[in-house]
Amino acid sequence: MVLARREVARTGRRAELRATAARLGLMALPVTFLAVFFAYPVAAIVGRGLRDGGMWQFARIGEVIGRDDLQRVLWFTTWQALASTALTLLVALPGAYVFARLDFPGKRLLRAAVTIPFVLPTVVVGTAFLALVGRGGPLDELWGIRLDATVWAILLAHVFFNYAVVVRTVGGLWAQLDPRQEEAARVLGAGRIAAWRQVTLPALTPALAAAALMVFLFTFTSFGVVQILGGPSYATLEVEIYRQTAQLLDLRTAAVLTMVQFVAVGAVLAVHAWTLRRRESTLRLVDPARTARPPRGPGQWTLLGVVLTTIVLLLLAPLAVLVERSLDTPGGYGLDYYRALGDLDDSGSAFLVPPIEAVWNSLQYALAATAIAVLVGGLAAAALTRRAGRLVRGFDALLMLPLGVSAVTVGFGFLITLDEPPLDLRASWILVPLAQALVGVPFVVRTMLPVLRAVDGRLREAAAVLGASPLRVWREVDLPMVRRAVLIAAGFAFAVSLGEFGATVFIARPDHPTLPVAVARLIGRPGELNYGQAMALSTILMAVCATALLLLERTRVRNTSGEF
Amino acid sequence: MSTIKKVTVTALAAALGVTTLAACGSDGDAKDGGSGSSSKTVTLVTHDSFAVSDSVLADFTKQSGYKVKILKSGDAGTALNKEILTKGSPQGDVFFGVDNTLLSRALDKGLFTGYEAKGLDQVSDEVQLDKGEHRVTPVDTGDICVNYDKKFFADKKLAPPATFDDLIKPEYKNLLVVENAATSSPGLGFLLGTVAQYGEDQWTGYWKKLKANGVKVVDGWDQAYNEEFSGSAGGKKAKADRPLVVSYASSPPVEVLYSKPQPTTAPTGVATGTCFRQIEFAGLLDGAKNEAGGRALLDFMVSKTFQEDMPLNMFVNPVVKDTKLPELFTKFGVTVDKPGTVAPDTIAKNREQWVQTWSSLVVK
Repeated sequence: MVLARREVARTGRRAELRATAARLGLMALPVTFLAVFFAYPVAAIVGRGLRDGGMWQFARIGEVIGRDDLQRVLWFTTWQALASTALTLLVALPGAYVFARLDFPGKRLLRAAVTIPFVLPTVVVGTAFLALVGRGGPLDELWGIRLDATVWAILLAHVFFNYAVVVRTVGGLWAQLDPRQEEAARVLGAGRIAAWRQVTLPALTPALAAAALMVFLFTFTSFGVVQILGGPSYATLEVEIYRQTAQLLDLRTAAVLTMVQFVAVGAVLAVHAWTLRRRESTLRLVDPARTARPPRGPGQWTLLGVVLTTIVLLLLAPLAVLVERSLDTPGGYGLDYYRALGDLDDSGSAFLVPPIEAVWNSLQYALAATAIAVLVGGLAAAALTRRAGRLVRGFDALLMLPLGVSAVTVGFGFLITLDEPPLDLRASWILVPLAQALVGVPFVVRTMLPVLRAVDGRLREAAAVLGASPLRVWREVDLPMVRRAVLIAAGFAFAVSLGEFGATVFIARPDHPTLPVAVARLIGRPGELNYGQAMALSTILMAVCATALLLLERTRVRNTSGEF
Repeated sequence: MSTIKKVTVTALAAALGVTTLAACGSDGDAKDGGSGSSSKTVTLVTHDSFAVSDSVLADFTKQSGYKVKILKSGDAGTALNKEILTKGSPQGDVFFGVDNTLLSRALDKGLFTGYEAKGLDQVSDEVQLDKGEHRVTPVDTGDICVNYDKKFFADKKLAPPATFDDLIKPEYKNLLVVENAATSSPGLGFLLGTVAQYGEDQWTGYWKKLKANGVKVVDGWDQAYNEEFSGSAGGKKAKADRPLVVSYASSPPVEVLYSKPQPTTAPTGVATGTCFRQIEFAGLLDGAKNEAGGRALLDFMVSKTFQEDMPLNMFVNPVVKDTKLPELFTKFGVTVDKPGTVAPDTIAKNREQWVQTWSSLVVK
């Protein structure tokens, strides 16, 4: 008896040891990946700016931060991000409710449609958005209001881009909250608002916090939108880092700004991790298909109407402008620009290959990037699921950092670090998927973590005690449950890779342009045909993204809510 | 989940991992093989606007035995800055695309190895800015000038502006859009044009007047040309309302080339008294792995074959005397007789100061 108990204890200890080993093993690849393709290049380029003759020049930090113009940039970056986040929540929360609780025809299609902006390259969207809020746009025609070159254009574009983040994060959870809980509160005498505030709101808080964090992160590091819509008078830290690095070659200033942005993003992530842990509570989730009903009563119909109008005006109209322009040829509406895409002569010499090949290139790169992101992100998520110490929780936040570091910093870092064997990758095609995967990994982790965490740990322990190897435990317990989550994560990584521009434009090879790079190149030359082809390619990119997202809709996970 | 599915998923996951790694490895090998000293490949690092006909590259391969690999590296400024950052371990053998506004930055950093290209005697003297050491070889010139929307001025029965002085006249109020001199190469060119015209002391006074006359500044050429300029195809669709834009003297022929059907006259014109001349150079990169190939490529870039091919690919002018221009250029293009110029040393000394002064004057 005593012997048996000791035997059990020993087995338990051994299992624990094995679990620790497994966790470390799982973390090895993600840690190596991030160290080699993120930390090392970024540290090298920052180091280049802060070192002089082998000496660290930390006094420079104070000098640069003290500069008036850079303080203005920091101030603008912060307040526009706060304002954008608030505005996005305000506009998108009704949408989250409608998608979660109401049933209406075309809902799936619409949900895919509102996600398209999120993955479109900003070069394209900036153009479309200007058409809407700028001169000749509906606002201008009706009331003579023009928002181009005002900060409103930037804020609205940020709403446009991040609407889906709120709808998917908050709406995803909302759809799975049991409406009967709120109903019960009302039966017990609570008013409609009180019931919502006391029952639904607390349950939604983690998702709200996650959505707000993501929107803040994206708008704080906003690049394309601010560069195109802000003109020369507005710059975020990210835009300023780009100017200082790529244009002025002032690595010192760029290095300090990179560090400022890094610290700010790190602080936001830390606060988020802290609040999330305090608010983590077990929720009783139900099948989203059962919580949505057709709208009832004037209140719900009005809300649906308002949300649909917002979506049409703010999200679909800019996309429609692109499609319209791609069809608007001198001889009336037609497919001329699309046909020209297949022809090298018509595209002149902006390319070494017909532009249509960019579609195929983009798909290949995005597939490779997805494979890397799912592999790295999946392993990281699996490691994070195990009962985690402080170290591992820190790792969780670290995985988000690539979203907070400017693409140009990473790109320049690649250039000066990956130039020697065995890592002489500067001329290799793999560089593009690697850079894209850096952006994809956080998405994979955030999508898979909640699902993996929902797996009952006792199942794993039971399997382990019964003698299953860690790999077998993962295969038998985790994999069946996360298969769909993997698909969703892959879909997101794919869409994000497809639209990634900042890092890709930096390293894409001329004979293998990606879709966003090809669009940027076409739009960069005069002439009707070039402009028309740019619009046509943008439309194709939209269609590809929409298809990927619709496929995602079909594999939505039940009983779980990813954080996107 | 059935066993078959389980196996499939596991195999797929494993395969993805393996192919990714394998792809890494094989590509690395291929690259190592290609960059050896006995290589028959010469790598040209350049900016995004570089373009050349396939047949011309094939000619070079036939003549010299070298195959050209082209590495586009961002816009002109970015591409150059990348080379400066990777100095000593360059990405290629020859760099093309450093212009007179940034030339001193490249030369001061010792980016290039001297080489006097064969056929340089056929290149006009005024573009040979490094004649003593031949660290760079001039390849083409282009003029940054104000373009105008012909239709706008015809409708208004107003003569289009021709000179810098015209641009500050009241009849052209609120018509001009320019690029940010801090972030855009035509923007910087236009600023330098005003420096060439009014001198180092007077140009700020001119810009004050230009600002009072309603000049609009946007960040890059794309936005200025495609969004704000009413004469371009994109501008028409965007209902743009500025009929004057800073672009290139070659933009009108390009508007013609990329229209279907091609119009008989260009929709836009050039104010020839507002031009600044850009000269683009190529040079052999210090630390190049294939120096011999690089030298052959430089020779080729100032040969007739390459020079005649350039105009319709990059919309620039050849530097080799008596090069035949394509009909598109002679018919729809303009010749700029007296473009503004500023010596590279003067530019290097003052560029940042000028841009800062300009920014605080015009943008803020």
